[in-house]
Amino acid sequence: MALHFEKRKSASTAALFIVPLASFLASLALTSLLLLAFEVNPAATFAAMFKGAFGSWRAFTETLVKAIPLMLTSLGVALAFKLRFWNIGAEGQLVMAGVAASWVALFWSGWVPGALLLPLAILVGCAAGALWASVPALLKTSLAVDETLVTLMLNYVAILFADSLYYGPWRDPKGYGFPGTAPFPKEAWLPRISGRAHVGLYFALALALVLWFLLNRTRWGFELKIIGSSPRAARYEGIAVERNVVLAVLLSGALCGLAGACEVTAISHRLQQGLAIGYGFTAIIVAWMSQLNPLAIAPVSILMAAILVGGDQVQMKMGLPSAMGQVMQGMILFPMLAGSLFTEFRIRRSAPRAGGPAPGREGAA
Amino acid sequence: MSDPQAGAGTRLVEMRGIRKSFPGVQASDDVCLSLDSGEVLALLGENGAGKSTLMNILAGLYHPDAGQILVRGRAARISSPRDAAALGIGMVHQNFMLVDSMSVAENVVLGMKGLPFVPDLRKVKAGIRELSERYNLRVDPEAYVWQLSVGEQQRVEILKLLYRRAEILILDEPTAVLTPQESAELNAVVRRMRSEGKAAIFITHKMEEVMTFSDRVMVLRRGKLVAERRTADTDPRELARLMVGREVLFCVDKRPFSPGDCVLELEGVRAEDERGLPALDGLDLRLRSGEILGIAGVAGNGQRELAEVITGLRPATAGRIRLKGRDVTNGSPLSLIRSGVGHVPQDRSSVGAVGDLSVAANLAMKGYRSRPVSVGPVLRPSRILELAKRLIAAFGIATPSPQTRVKFLSGGNVQKTILAREIGACTSLLVAVYPSRGLDVGATEAVRKELVAQRDAGRAVLLVSEDLEELAQVADTIAVLFEGRVMGTFPACEADPETLGLLMSGAKKEA
Amino acid sequence: MDLVSSILTITIRAGTSLVIATIGEIMTERAGILNLGLEGIMMMGALSAFAAAFHTGSLAFALLAAAAVGAALAAVHAFLTVTMRANQVVSGLSITLFGSGLASFLGQRLGPAANNRRLVGLSGPRFGQVKIPFLGDLPVLRSVFDQDLVTYAVLLLIPLAWFYLYRTRAGLWLRSVGEDPQAADAMGIDVARTKYAYTIGGGLLVGLGGAHLSLAYTPGWAENITGGRGWIVIALVIFSMWNPARAIWGALLFGGINAVQFRLQAAGTDIPASFLNMLPYLATIAVLVLMTWWETLSKRVGAPASLGVAYMREEK
Repeated sequence: MALHFEKRKSASTAALFIVPLASFLASLALTSLLLLAFEVNPAATFAAMFKGAFGSWRAFTETLVKAIPLMLTSLGVALAFKLRFWNIGAEGQLVMAGVAASWVALFWSGWVPGALLLPLAILVGCAAGALWASVPALLKTSLAVDETLVTLMLNYVAILFADSLYYGPWRDPKGYGFPGTAPFPKEAWLPRISGRAHVGLYFALALALVLWFLLNRTRWGFELKIIGSSPRAARYEGIAVERNVVLAVLLSGALCGLAGACEVTAISHRLQQGLAIGYGFTAIIVAWMSQLNPLAIAPVSILMAAILVGGDQVQMKMGLPSAMGQVMQGMILFPMLAGSLFTEFRIRRSAPRAGGPAPGREGAA
Repeated sequence: MSDPQAGAGTRLVEMRGIRKSFPGVQASDDVCLSLDSGEVLALLGENGAGKSTLMNILAGLYHPDAGQILVRGRAARISSPRDAAALGIGMVHQNFMLVDSMSVAENVVLGMKGLPFVPDLRKVKAGIRELSERYNLRVDPEAYVWQLSVGEQQRVEILKLLYRRAEILILDEPTAVLTPQESAELNAVVRRMRSEGKAAIFITHKMEEVMTFSDRVMVLRRGKLVAERRTADTDPRELARLMVGREVLFCVDKRPFSPGDCVLELEGVRAEDERGLPALDGLDLRLRSGEILGIAGVAGNGQRELAEVITGLRPATAGRIRLKGRDVTNGSPLSLIRSGVGHVPQDRSSVGAVGDLSVAANLAMKGYRSRPVSVGPVLRPSRILELAKRLIAAFGIATPSPQTRVKFLSGGNVQKTILAREIGACTSLLVAVYPSRGLDVGATEAVRKELVAQRDAGRAVLLVSEDLEELAQVADTIAVLFEGRVMGTFPACEADPETLGLLMSGAKKEA
Repeated sequence: MDLVSSILTITIRAGTSLVIATIGEIMTERAGILNLGLEGIMMMGALSAFAAAFHTGSLAFALLAAAAVGAALAAVHAFLTVTMRANQVVSGLSITLFGSGLASFLGQRLGPAANNRRLVGLSGPRFGQVKIPFLGDLPVLRSVFDQDLVTYAVLLLIPLAWFYLYRTRAGLWLRSVGEDPQAADAMGIDVARTKYAYTIGGGLLVGLGGAHLSLAYTPGWAENITGGRGWIVIALVIFSMWNPARAIWGALLFGGINAVQFRLQAAGTDIPASFLNMLPYLATIAVLVLMTWWETLSKRVGAPASLGVAYMREEK
């Protein structure tokens, strides 16, 4: 048996919605099987997860706390992916921004007016994220160095750099050896809305709208779309490809940076271990599930955050491992990845060899 | 010139009634072909005449829709290159199938059936050395492919076939990438193989090569076999006529030619191709408003580079380009777009149009920079849609909706989309490279009409084409391009296929 | 002398799992498939090996379990990227997410009831040191010849993998697929089957790499037992420029940094440790830049030119 792919005559729009939905259901089914194998009631587990993530206002705010950095990094990742720039360095960009924002918050308070400390911390954080992203961007546009691997490597450089700071020179002398800096001055705290959910939520939602507008309603977005689909065509249309790729990746890094700056100024109020807990990686998955659409990123981020928070709750309530959330996230993705093919191609089976269509190469007809 | 013994050998291959169609094109239409041992057969025809398709069928890459192939008198099913190799058939493709980072020896045995699990490369190398000596195919078997010149790489491809004991060699435009010196060497190799009773088929569109290489020639046109001659009994003149075919009607009815001011002027322009070799070699051209200048010539003689130099996509290394008297040499693509230069590029699907974007977006790809499609930095989707609907109607683009992605359209409609956009953006000069290549009759007609309409509207049109009929119908003036130089320029009415054919093959203008 | 010996001993022990996994991933990448799922596969390898060893008492069965689980997860990656043509980066990351999640989940479910079903904190069978007579008693050399059986196997695996890749028919086919699938296809090599075979085979080795962690290096199961080794392996593959013979240098470098760090921590100075740990990643970036900037090098080492690109025959 051989599988053959035929390009669909028209993109299947129904599949665009059905595939993510079916993937989610498939993930529920697979997780149920796993739970049943360990004699756990899946319905009760899912109910507990749902309750854990959305059951109370407090629970919901905790879900939002996790959703905010996911949204911001996913926006950044989606923007880069639109240009087929495989930025898997969101984690590192987030961390560097956390470091830079901490630097401002900890050491600038002496000579900067208090009211400016927070905005500066956030801006410098974004700039640091952009700067960190500029390395692979420039290497790619000037030397054609593969950005996937460079961004991946830079994640660990950033994480280790942050480590060296809060274990080393920035360690809080009054912290009893705890790996973290001293707390930031109150002026550098990002206001919270409710519970631990903070103003970063407004940033994320506003930026999703802005990014959507930028990509879909401006000349620049149109140019990015052309570059992303075909750089050769873009050059022919008179578009400066390299400059625009660098600009977009800088913006991507700044968005990931904003996530890091918000984490330190709103949640931990210090630079400490636990800043890099994989938001940047999950963001890639969120961006992919949202099909790089900024407006879809908000709900998908909340869903993914809810699965994580729900997983934690299940551990507390039912004694089940919290890693269940991660397992579920992974399981959503497999059917999703397999399914994306169905939106573009139709699969046809054919008998082995005999009578099969000619495996023609590009015909010089 | 040809061996009197040729054709006297045993029959190696017989193809009967081969048919093969691709969407919209009948690439092979009831073709019959035979090949004897000790014979060199030339397949002559324009691009798209169906030469490569026919040979890809014999090499196992395509499956014919109908017809029969006999190898050494027995019916053969050739469904893969491996099957072909087992029958002693091998093909040297235009783009070589070599792995750059591997050595010559490794490439020679790549994919070979019956190779031991731990191949003795020393034995392989010795075998290669022996073969290269016997055929005078000088290649170092230790060398890596990336270190070799194009000519050497071709030798590796031939060695690969000889090493596998191929008896029937198919060479797809083998001399296109060779220097004259290398071509002569290749000829010697082919002769040597012939004397050993092997046979070769080579695809070409150069008459001179047919005369020096082959014993017999078959001329294909639009998928059909139109003539077969023993090389000794023919001459380039007859071949040119057979290849171009039909009594071409030069000067069909269109409005009388009344050129205006000079729009485009090229003076001693030089440019290089991707490999850094000269592609334009001191080229001069003049084009007036209300004129269609047809660039005739065999593909690969600088056509693509000419169009790219004019539109700013490729730097000119010497010479001047003036647009309406203004020097625009090496201007950016954007500045030339702004000066009203439209460009229908050779590479339709990956350069001219963006398959993943909608028809509407593709139509807006030049006009999006200005009103009414955009206001400042902001786009107006309703205006894009309006523009798209207007152009779709005006150019008769068959698409389910303006939102349909371009990759789902037929070649003709993709071309109409590009043309619609470029004409909309063009105010002074339109450069069209092979605009009707691969299109069906209806679309071809539409494209040509549009070009003439542009001329009648007072614009200058540079039309690169290898279809003499198209040039005859559309162009006012014809310039023949050969190896990056203009061989001659004359009014379309005075052109005749024979002279054009000869100039295209590089012969001096003496006929 | 003793210091050198002890550092070298730890280096080799720490490097073993890295070398196995690196060779596995080299094979996969040589077929043109980038598998970023290593971290998850290694984690699952470590878990299944320990769980199997704990419950059956058989080390052979433990290795078998790790290999099978590694191969199975890699098969998912192969199916998604080769047959379904999914993006290799996203597919790989999903495998990591899923694999490390599942390992951590199972680590709290597969244990005995007495331990609250947890595997953490238990001890099971392990690979002990097997000293080679005479050689194992020599100074310095004893750090090479007083190791566990898996390490010895790895020392054999390196030349074997090199020989397989550069001297056998199968290795030739494999390299051609990663470098130029179109040419390979035209020469009658089954591109899809090759990609499947080496993605799965590579995953198998990565699973075994994980097994060495839970059966020998840090015997037992602990959350996050791999500690990012899967990512280090991705770096090592580039660092060794896709050559199994060079994998050993990278592994020694990473393993050595681990060992030196131990010493430094023991001495109470942990500031430079982070910078030391950064070195391999920075070196990897340098290698990447060097290879692009100096094209000859990338041709010479035969970097798989089609890495990460789905191959699809043009069909008219």
